Amino acid sequence: MSQVRVSTTVNGDAVEYLCDADETLLDVLRDRLGLTGAKEGCGTGDCGACSVTVDGRLVCSCLVLGAEAEGRKIGTVEGIAQGDKLHPLQKKFLEHAALQCGICTPGFLVAAKALLDHNPNPTETEIRFGLAGNLCRCTGYDKIVRAVQAAAAEMRKG
Amino acid sequence: MRYEAPTSINAAVKLLGGKGLAKVLGGGTDLLVQMKTDRIAPDLLVDVKRIPGMRDIAAKGGGFRIGAAVSGAELGEHKALKKAWPGVVEAANLIGSHQIQGRATIVGNLCNASPAADSVPALVAAGAIAVVAGPKGKRNVAVEKVGTAPGKTSLKKGEIVEAVLLPKRPPKSGDAYLRFIPRTEMDIAVVGVGVNLTLDAKGVCTAARVSLGAVAAQVLLVPEAAKALIGTKVDAAALDKLAAVCSAACRPIDDKRGTKEFRIKVAGVLARRAAAIALKRAKGK
Repeated sequence: MSQVRVSTTVNGDAVEYLCDADETLLDVLRDRLGLTGAKEGCGTGDCGACSVTVDGRLVCSCLVLGAEAEGRKIGTVEGIAQGDKLHPLQKKFLEHAALQCGICTPGFLVAAKALLDHNPNPTETEIRFGLAGNLCRCTGYDKIVRAVQAAAAEMRKG
Repeated sequence: MRYEAPTSINAAVKLLGGKGLAKVLGGGTDLLVQMKTDRIAPDLLVDVKRIPGMRDIAAKGGGFRIGAAVSGAELGEHKALKKAWPGVVEAANLIGSHQIQGRATIVGNLCNASPAADSVPALVAAGAIAVVAGPKGKRNVAVEKVGTAPGKTSLKKGEIVEAVLLPKRPPKSGDAYLRFIPRTEMDIAVVGVGVNLTLDAKGVCTAARVSLGAVAAQVLLVPEAAKALIGTKVDAAALDKLAAVCSAACRPIDDKRGTKEFRIKVAGVLARRAAAIALKRAKGK
């Protein structure tokens, strides 16, 4: 199988890699670029643990090929914090204990950030629908919703 | 397997017409899952997203041309399209999560040929046309002629749907799509109904198209259902007739999502409700 040469941008950094034609962006991020924040839960686009953004658009990286990333801008959970300074969502997830095992957390953070970028003042219903593509088997979701609401409030204050 | 990302429709057609199993990669939300679960093993993927126009929604002839790689999220953000065809956009936006919406396309939904595809009854009701490019040139196909059976289409080797055309909207027109799922989100239609209608100045229905999903081996266009509405003010009697005709048109299967009896009943109920929404929209409310 001949490999595909890809030049792309990940969290603002120019990146080049060779990948197999059928290799997912998720596998490229984790196995070739060492960015293990995105997780594989289902591998079929149901659980959202592999959420990343491509050109600002929220997607499941398990349903994107590494080859498709050519020339695009990829955003992962690793790009959410500014150096040592956590993003308000990350802080509020910690304060509200919005995680237990943590496998779903990177996906929730990426999806919640995409939600708030689009809608800075979502209702609880909008948050629950907005995060319906992210599954969590530990928390029962309530603490996640509270954390997103708290982060949204903090971000609106600026 | 090879991956190619051609930059012209002719190059894509040529690649798809070559030896072996070649599949079109648009949003990939069905294709990559089918590959992952070993249901298909293509020799070649042809990524069409680098072809000019494939990611564009363009005003055309008073209607719209929606490129094959336009995502559901992009449809939902297009104000003029949403205003003209709210039912089509809502149907497309019902599919999957925000993550899926970031990639999934209506052309993919059409060509995946699931009888339960949410956007297809809305497109059929809208009278949408699929623009098919192939080795022998381009042809226009009514969307209801694309899917022929679950997972099967009328497309020939080397052919690709490059866009969907939505027609010009006469004044006082409205469309709507409703589906039943056992949950509130993230599920597959047990029944889906698309209704599109146009009223005259007196509020009498002059044109209608009604389409049913998930109640037969393919999405159905139901001309008798349209007849139940045309010439009426879409009043209670017309809606009763519509519901009865839609239920009668169903040829469903029993499965884990619903029984035949349930699907037949619900098709009528949803047709009535979807027609009421389409009516309200046609009246500008």
